[in-house]
Amino acid sequence: MSTQQKTDVDVAASGDSAGVRQAFNDYANRVRGGDVGSLPAILGLIALIILFSVLQHDVFFTILNFANLINQGAAIIVLAMGLVFVLLLGEIDLSAGYAAGTAAAILAVALTSWHWSWPLALIFALLVGTAIGLIIGLLVARLGIPSFVVTLAMFLALQGVMLLVIGDGGTIGIQSDAILAVMNKNMPIWAGWLLWAIVSAGYALITWRAIAGRRKAGLVSTANSVWALKVIGLTVLTGLGIWFLSQERQIVREGKQSCPVDGTAPVGCIPVIQGVPWVVLVIIVLLVFLTFVLSRTSFGRHIYAVGGNAEAARRAGISVKGIKTYCFMICSTLAAVAGVLIASRDNSVSPTTGGAQTLLFAVGAAVIGGTSLFGGRGRIADAVIGGLVIAVIANGLPLVTQQSGVQFVVTGLVLLVAASVDALSRKRSLTG
Amino acid sequence: MTSSEAPLLQLSGINKSFGPVHVLRNVELSVWPGQVTALVGDNGAGKSTLIKGIAGIYGFDSGSYQFEGHEVQVHDPKAAAALGIEVVYQDLALCDNLDVVHNMFLGREEHKRVTLDEIEMEKRATETLKGLSVRTLKSVRQQVSSLSGGQRQTVAIARAVLWNSKLVVLDEPTAALGVAQTEQVLNLVRRMADNGLGVILISHNINDVKQVADNIACLYLGAMAAQVDASTVNHSTVVELITTGRSGDLGLQPETIAAVGGVA
Repeated sequence: MSTQQKTDVDVAASGDSAGVRQAFNDYANRVRGGDVGSLPAILGLIALIILFSVLQHDVFFTILNFANLINQGAAIIVLAMGLVFVLLLGEIDLSAGYAAGTAAAILAVALTSWHWSWPLALIFALLVGTAIGLIIGLLVARLGIPSFVVTLAMFLALQGVMLLVIGDGGTIGIQSDAILAVMNKNMPIWAGWLLWAIVSAGYALITWRAIAGRRKAGLVSTANSVWALKVIGLTVLTGLGIWFLSQERQIVREGKQSCPVDGTAPVGCIPVIQGVPWVVLVIIVLLVFLTFVLSRTSFGRHIYAVGGNAEAARRAGISVKGIKTYCFMICSTLAAVAGVLIASRDNSVSPTTGGAQTLLFAVGAAVIGGTSLFGGRGRIADAVIGGLVIAVIANGLPLVTQQSGVQFVVTGLVLLVAASVDALSRKRSLTG
Repeated sequence: MTSSEAPLLQLSGINKSFGPVHVLRNVELSVWPGQVTALVGDNGAGKSTLIKGIAGIYGFDSGSYQFEGHEVQVHDPKAAAALGIEVVYQDLALCDNLDVVHNMFLGREEHKRVTLDEIEMEKRATETLKGLSVRTLKSVRQQVSSLSGGQRQTVAIARAVLWNSKLVVLDEPTAALGVAQTEQVLNLVRRMADNGLGVILISHNINDVKQVADNIACLYLGAMAAQVDASTVNHSTVVELITTGRSGDLGLQPETIAAVGGVA
């Protein structure tokens, strides 16, 4: 007992922040100082889920709809991840939606008309995205044309490219089981739980190693209680999600039977739909990898520096033009990934793929999640949280009202509210 | 001139023109290690041109640039940084959205394989701040946006010191600060020199200069009016040198003043 107390005192003396209360106070101070982060988005998400559940509990709050939400949100989330890179610089990419469409069209043509194998077609489609980003990046960084104008021009030009690639047919079906599986097939139940175990243990281990390293060096580090709370929170939340998705979500009508799990399929049975959609794995891999790039590498640090003060970055020897070009390339490449997801979901590619509200939803997702339109502030996780908010609105509103006019107005207002929160918090951090 | 030791930086016969405008005329300047050399002069006297030349932002047209006794060619900022010359500009060039450690290591981050070595950077940043006896910062993990003007100046100066620099040039570090913060920054400037660095301090405030400088170099319309030991001159002499180019026996000859376009 006495030795336990002794170590506690030692840890405190080496400068750990004092527990959960301290962490909460620090966070409250940051919010007051104008750094609201993802807080409004998370509160909004909870409020929306409660609202729609109350209004339409028999439809909205079902297991099937939960899986639908992920499918509807996936492409928006990936597109928003790409936009975070561009928004961090204080730039914009209006053409990302049609970059997604163009990549999807290339994929479809490569698979169907050229009879390429799916990995080759996939890589080619992603490279087309990268090339689009390179063109935008060079025009913005080298020539100094405002990104708004460059990407507005590309917005139009890429629609034309899509029409030319798709040709007169109008719609091209995707003929590749692997590509279609991403959005239409689920992982086995055990794989879902394995994913859960890896994510939870990985998060716990990585954060613990960081804390231990700082303690060893005698630096201020997160208190054990705060660390434990975060790990438990993440484990419980992701566990709940996996558990939901592991339930049978096929609605078995009377007189029909669901197929046996052993793979035999008697005539007239309804196939089992359960497990985590494969696209969740894609999103988790992107989330972890891109977060690593942004927060743990020099390249990521330099992106924040250019977004915060480009002149300071230039004087520190950072190639501002290079960073800008790379960010546009990353954005368009991720847009291509989103295009592949859309094609997989729709089973086909048409001239409207990636059009309509796709881009607006993605920009909205990033901003709602807490990424600033003024540059220098934002995370990849913002895209995921914001994307879920957008997906909940897009999914829940049609259940409440059939009028598409109302749906457009509400979605537009949500984006405006998010942008206002962003502008106000920036004002606050400048004056405060 | 004011020390038996060899100068760290010695400029002589420096000329610089922008098109037809002759901005610097045969300028001489010496900076000794462990001393604060104040560079004073009215607006347009050529102070900024002189330090930008020292920092390598552009080359001088003619003249000798000696650093640690060797003739050197400084044609870009990287060459100046390689010699150990760091400049803290008036706008400080800090990123508001990054914390103190990130700013101090910006563009020169420490790595552990591909990842940033945050622990090593934080330790070195803390050491540097301790070496300068900085106690005004609550945490080195604070975002710069939450710092006061004096604290920002401190971070910018600490960043310049971090790189084992030998000469630090400060462009009006106290121009935007209140009384208490000015005092803090001036103490910091003094401590840098006491730690053995050569310091060039540009300032419009004669009181600040008198308080902290070991010697004073006064530019008048692009010519070096005089570089004198700070203890040998009083306030009004410095003002006279700044405004007319000469004071008693000190300063430019009347014919030189006429040549540079001043009123003799």
